[in-house]
Amino acid sequence: MKLTLWTYEGPPHVGAMRIATAMEKVHYVLHAPQGDTYADLLFTMIERMKKRPPVTYTTFQARDLGSDTAELFKDAARTAYARFKPDLLMVGASCTAELIQDDPGGLAAALDLPVPILPLELPAYQKKENWGAAETFYQMVRLLGQAFVLPPGQQRPARAAGVKPSCNILGPTALGFRHRDDVEEISRLLRELGIEVNVVAPLGANPADIARLHEADFNVNLYPETANTAATWMTRSFGQPSTKAIPIGFKGTQAFITEVCQLAGIECDVQKFSQSSKARWYALSVDSTYLTNKRVFIFGDATHAIAAAKVAAHEMGFKVVGLGTYSRELAREVREAAAELGLEAMITDDYLEVEAKITELQPELILGTQMERHIAKRLQIPCAVISSPVHVQDFPARYSPQMGFEGACVLFDSWVHPLMMGLEEHLIGMFRGDFEFHEGAMPSHLGHSSAPMKVEVGSGEAEQITAPNLNLGSQTLAWETDAEKELNKIPFFVRGKARRNTEKYAVEQGLLSITLETLYDAKAHFKS
Amino acid sequence: MNSVSQEVTVDTQPINFQPLKERGQREVFCGLTGIIWLHRKIQDAFFLVVGSRTCAHLIQSAAGVMIFAEPRFATAIIDDRDLAGLADANDELDKVVKQLLERRPDIKLLFLVGSCPSEVIKLDLSRAAQRLGKTFAPKVRILNYSGSGIETTFTQGEDACLAALVQDLPKSAESDELDLLVVGCLADVVEDQFSRIFKDLGLKSFAFFPPRESTQKIVVGPKTKYLLAQPFLTDTARFLENLGAQRVAAPFPLGVEGTEKWFWAAAKELGVSADAFEKVIAPQRDRANKSLEPHREILKGKSIFFFPDSQLEIPLARYLNRELGMKLMEVGVPYLHRQHMAEELAMLDPKTQLAEGQNVENQLDRCREQQPDMVVCGLGLANPLEAEGFTTKWSIELVFTPIQGFNQAADLAELFARPLTRKNKLMMVEAA
Repeated sequence: MKLTLWTYEGPPHVGAMRIATAMEKVHYVLHAPQGDTYADLLFTMIERMKKRPPVTYTTFQARDLGSDTAELFKDAARTAYARFKPDLLMVGASCTAELIQDDPGGLAAALDLPVPILPLELPAYQKKENWGAAETFYQMVRLLGQAFVLPPGQQRPARAAGVKPSCNILGPTALGFRHRDDVEEISRLLRELGIEVNVVAPLGANPADIARLHEADFNVNLYPETANTAATWMTRSFGQPSTKAIPIGFKGTQAFITEVCQLAGIECDVQKFSQSSKARWYALSVDSTYLTNKRVFIFGDATHAIAAAKVAAHEMGFKVVGLGTYSRELAREVREAAAELGLEAMITDDYLEVEAKITELQPELILGTQMERHIAKRLQIPCAVISSPVHVQDFPARYSPQMGFEGACVLFDSWVHPLMMGLEEHLIGMFRGDFEFHEGAMPSHLGHSSAPMKVEVGSGEAEQITAPNLNLGSQTLAWETDAEKELNKIPFFVRGKARRNTEKYAVEQGLLSITLETLYDAKAHFKS
Repeated sequence: MNSVSQEVTVDTQPINFQPLKERGQREVFCGLTGIIWLHRKIQDAFFLVVGSRTCAHLIQSAAGVMIFAEPRFATAIIDDRDLAGLADANDELDKVVKQLLERRPDIKLLFLVGSCPSEVIKLDLSRAAQRLGKTFAPKVRILNYSGSGIETTFTQGEDACLAALVQDLPKSAESDELDLLVVGCLADVVEDQFSRIFKDLGLKSFAFFPPRESTQKIVVGPKTKYLLAQPFLTDTARFLENLGAQRVAAPFPLGVEGTEKWFWAAAKELGVSADAFEKVIAPQRDRANKSLEPHREILKGKSIFFFPDSQLEIPLARYLNRELGMKLMEVGVPYLHRQHMAEELAMLDPKTQLAEGQNVENQLDRCREQQPDMVVCGLGLANPLEAEGFTTKWSIELVFTPIQGFNQAADLAELFARPLTRKNKLMMVEAA
């Protein structure tokens, strides 16, 4: 049993729902107790979809447990087929139904329905949402692609002369963070490069499209979390290579262009493609100088966390002080990316661990998920969202890709926004006690009143936010009044770090109290 | 409108409604959802769900749009190791509770909330609550209830929670018993208004349940009359009666008429004269009636169809029909408690089609066929129905909004008028 304040991923059947809902002509019969239909809201409210997810739930209740829940499932599957006439029927169980072991796959097969049945085995007490999505997509691709698997030893025939190179875009799902706009941005980029998009899947595809996946020359693996398993199988079975570069950020997009052109066997001038990038120029312009070495903590799914770390370090000029992911399946990749930045990656799905790490590091900016926003609020640190899980505000109406050159512009704007702007930062460092622009007030461009952040605005939340407790062993260090006063003159967004450094320095020097001099000694010590 | 105090006997013969009973897919929340408003009502309580990742996901999907510095709910997620053997699961739970209480020393009341998985594997949370209660007494009280989908639908989670609280009430010594207990979560502003009215009526010993602070002392016994403010409190009522308390039969305080009859039922029971009642209530009633007028213009003659959700459907339908002139089509309820609902049913338009339980696909077919002017439904159906051209009112809002009492009668009407007004406004812009 594990104490969980917030969970980064839902259960695996929600992953399966993300595949079913992304697609057309697919229906999912889910053996689940009454109440599990809450998941419909993820799609109708958070993603604001106009259709109900194509999911029929058995919604059994306690009184059904005494009777035949298997019969209940068969009825639901039969009725769902008759009503929706899908081209493919997915069947599976939620966590509670897994405990009663009715075998949806076997039961559905016994119904003799005239469409392929995709039985899903998703272990709800071991695996999570992204795994569920990846497994579902993989099983579906396998089921519908089986007929086109190359015989052992046979090579994929070369593309005929005069035929345009083509690819599939794999991975985008319902409830994916900015998947809608990423697909548009990357499709456009591929078209401009002269590459045709054969099938985008699962988003917008139907079972017939899935059966056509083998026709493309190669695969663009946009979201490894959901597409890796299927893409690997297709490399093996259809001889289709798959992209590795994730087109997030200016440099990421450049690397992606180079890679797809090579896989497509075409020539391309990357420089020409990227010269009009606004994100690149914005980061180079002098207004961005104050962003240099801002200390940033990054957490999210592996794909977005790795990409964000690269963008933060090499395109924004931040100093990445922490990098982590909840995607265990891609832990190795994140470890490598962290090692390149001289960090040890944090691989955890424990919100409390992430919170403890951020408290310890005291970054000036957090790039994370909806969950890190809770932490950021508690610790009063600016925060921007870079990855699922996200809430309704991160399924925006406006065009907001994360990928491609336009995506790089979106990243620039949304990451810089929560930070205090340059002039204000300078002036607050120089003058204190201003009745309006006092230290500890929110950056004024965020439009809040000048009240310090402790007074919550608008949300109705009135919890008192406690200052982070920096506990350095059992020893309690006394701050002398002068030193404490001086510490409070340090701008609030670096004060936590300064306090921590000073205390660390004092412990190292064996001091019992911290004087004004200790504060400056520590400052000089850590600068040198 | 006549005052109810003059028509002391029930004026309408109860009609024997034969609800359409259906089984099939139920598009409703489980009782865990109650945590979302209960954690705000009882501010020093914490709700620990013992369940799966699905349970954790449900609550954060519903509440996680608010950014919490310190959330007052969490989930102890059961994993494979817990499924292997029950003794182990109990140790694990103790560890989680200890960890939680160390992090949050300010918690005074901890609910262990059962879920479908914890119930299917028969993890005995009531025993766990007793065991842990002993360990952490007197600092923290530990109670348990079930919010599982297999046992409870949406607002029944509140019922289960309040029932657990009732079972934990102190023993009565008669002298300290309350005269009147108002039962069911109400918005603070509504509670304050009701409190003033009870005082004006001369009542001295009354309280609201649940209390805002878990430490507030409430004593119930044979002297106590209790008045349900919410229609979904079956078990809570039963446990109050086990303590000797007696229910005051009344319709629910929705709309002007419902509120007046609700207050009158209590007043009569506690010996308030009709004249004294009229003096206190008349100004409230007249002001409330006046406030309904603009909404009546919008809602009069419009037809409405209710999908089952909270058990508030019948009182709402009664109010919308009698006070605002709406036409009732189907009124779906997840459960029908005929005894608690008797006064409501006596006032419900006898032509109304009641439906108990649900087969959501069939119900959608009926809804499409009847083409109501407004559909009251959950958020899983609302946007898809809007896209089909229906005007919807999402039902969950009705448990998150102050809607009871005289001063809220117009706010309640506005909740239903707003979607129609909005559609009008947006369509006019389009036509221009």
